Amino acid sequence: MGKQYETVIGLEVHVELATKTKIFCSCSTEFGGAPNSHTCPVCTGMPGSLPVLNKKVVEYAIGVGLATNCDITQYCKFDRKNYFYPDNPQNYQISQLYLPICRNGGVEIETADGGKKVIGIHEIHMEEDAGKLIHDEWEDCSLVDFNRSGVPLIEIVSEPDMRSADEVIAYLEKLRMIIQYLGASDCKLQEGSMRADVNLSVREVGAEAFGTRTEMKNLNSFKAIARAIEGERERQIDLIEEGKKVVQETRRWDDTKGMSYAMRSKEDAQDYRYFPEPDLVPIIISDEWIEEIRSRQPELRTEKLERYKKEYDIPQYDAEIITSHKKMADIFEATVEICKKPKEVSNWLMVETMRLLKEKDMEPDQLGFTPANLAKLIGLIDQGVINRTIGKEIFEKIFDEDIDPEVYVEDNGLKIESDDGALKGIIEGIVAANPQSVSDYKAGKKKAIGFLVGQTMKAMKGKADPGTVNKILTEILDAE
Amino acid sequence: MANIISDETIEYVGILAKLELSEDEKEQAKKDMGSMLDYIDKLNELDTSGVEPMSHVFPVHNVFREDVVVNGDIHEQMLANAPKEKDDSFMVPKTVE
Repeated sequence: MGKQYETVIGLEVHVELATKTKIFCSCSTEFGGAPNSHTCPVCTGMPGSLPVLNKKVVEYAIGVGLATNCDITQYCKFDRKNYFYPDNPQNYQISQLYLPICRNGGVEIETADGGKKVIGIHEIHMEEDAGKLIHDEWEDCSLVDFNRSGVPLIEIVSEPDMRSADEVIAYLEKLRMIIQYLGASDCKLQEGSMRADVNLSVREVGAEAFGTRTEMKNLNSFKAIARAIEGERERQIDLIEEGKKVVQETRRWDDTKGMSYAMRSKEDAQDYRYFPEPDLVPIIISDEWIEEIRSRQPELRTEKLERYKKEYDIPQYDAEIITSHKKMADIFEATVEICKKPKEVSNWLMVETMRLLKEKDMEPDQLGFTPANLAKLIGLIDQGVINRTIGKEIFEKIFDEDIDPEVYVEDNGLKIESDDGALKGIIEGIVAANPQSVSDYKAGKKKAIGFLVGQTMKAMKGKADPGTVNKILTEILDAE
Repeated sequence: MANIISDETIEYVGILAKLELSEDEKEQAKKDMGSMLDYIDKLNELDTSGVEPMSHVFPVHNVFREDVVVNGDIHEQMLANAPKEKDDSFMVPKTVE
């Protein structure tokens, strides 16, 4: 029988903070500006320029630390990490090695068997992001855009506490939820505002010592992370089974090929020669400052969940789904604020929104419709202007294009025919044209009425209220 | 000279600093670095037990900026410092990891 192996995984998660300005200068952090339009002497590493720390970065980092049960390092400073790369104009990155701002935390995740498990957080430190390199095949050169250079990051370093891809995803989802709720980052993996590097090793089940680990980079979706973990586990087990050694190295995951490649050659020694950053003074974080940040922390998920159950009378399960993503919770609250119908709003989110997200393989973060339009749709159905079936069709339009349902209903003539006389005329026609169903109904097959309602709705192109149709039909049939 | 810098060390430091040194320059650098380390060794004569490591020379802390965008788009000035530029970007030799 083959040997049984256990996978040991730790994560380094980089999160871009939602500040308006960079960590050490007053340039905008806005995503997608023209190349180098958000740069200055500081973030392009010009000689003689000096960094000044953005207070908000420290406050976000403390906020995330508190929400992940970390100790806050009250005497904290920056260190200089030296390396040469064109996306790093200073030839060093300002980071934290010796006194990171948060230490010894952890978050609880749910495991596949429904149990709970704490994933330890070794530390969280603050640092600056690098610029972006674009490779120009045409001229055989690289082009550097420093707009991202100096954008504030926190790096959250976990303990090697995860044992499967499922646990990794659960941990990342938990982190993302906490950070989004805090408003400290939008945590979009696709846009790179949340990036995870996976440190992975394997060992025989029961072994005490860890195996040699590798670090995997370039993982920009949960699916890529899961595939990379599976691929790297197998690669390491194959090496061990063949009697070879796992080399400690950084590997780049190619998701389209489903393979990873060693990134740096051996000659490229990783020797960062860290030393205390001389251009920045230490940070002293008082108890009062910590308490002030703690008191300002926004409502986190557990509190929100309890409030939804109490304030809106929403069942536990629904409250769990809605609060599992900040975006959903935000839409829910804003829509309820307008239309005052929590159960209806919850229903549209739980059923139609979840269905469309799944169908279109989208994340709740990508939801683009405005609460005002969902509220209008709920109002239209509630006032009997349209029926629920048409409402669902309109919701798909709202989901895709954020259309105004009132305008759409008007433009497409989707209002329920409220002129009972006209409706009655159509129904009489349907009754006359379907003698078989009528005699079935008379013979006691009450279900036959369903067919007649269907025919009427079809003739009305859906623009009738099925309840009204049913009522008029019953009257006509029973009168005959 | 108490500190002897080996050929391997000077080679390694050269790689880290992205410097290519001639044989003569290497010998000179070995001597210079050795005497620098000798000088630093003087510190070991001091008893520093119980002294907090210093992280900054000035007795100043908590110097912050508020999170307000002040800088505008000055990419033309910034790119004036580029050895070469293309498409409003700094142009560098092709670098692929």
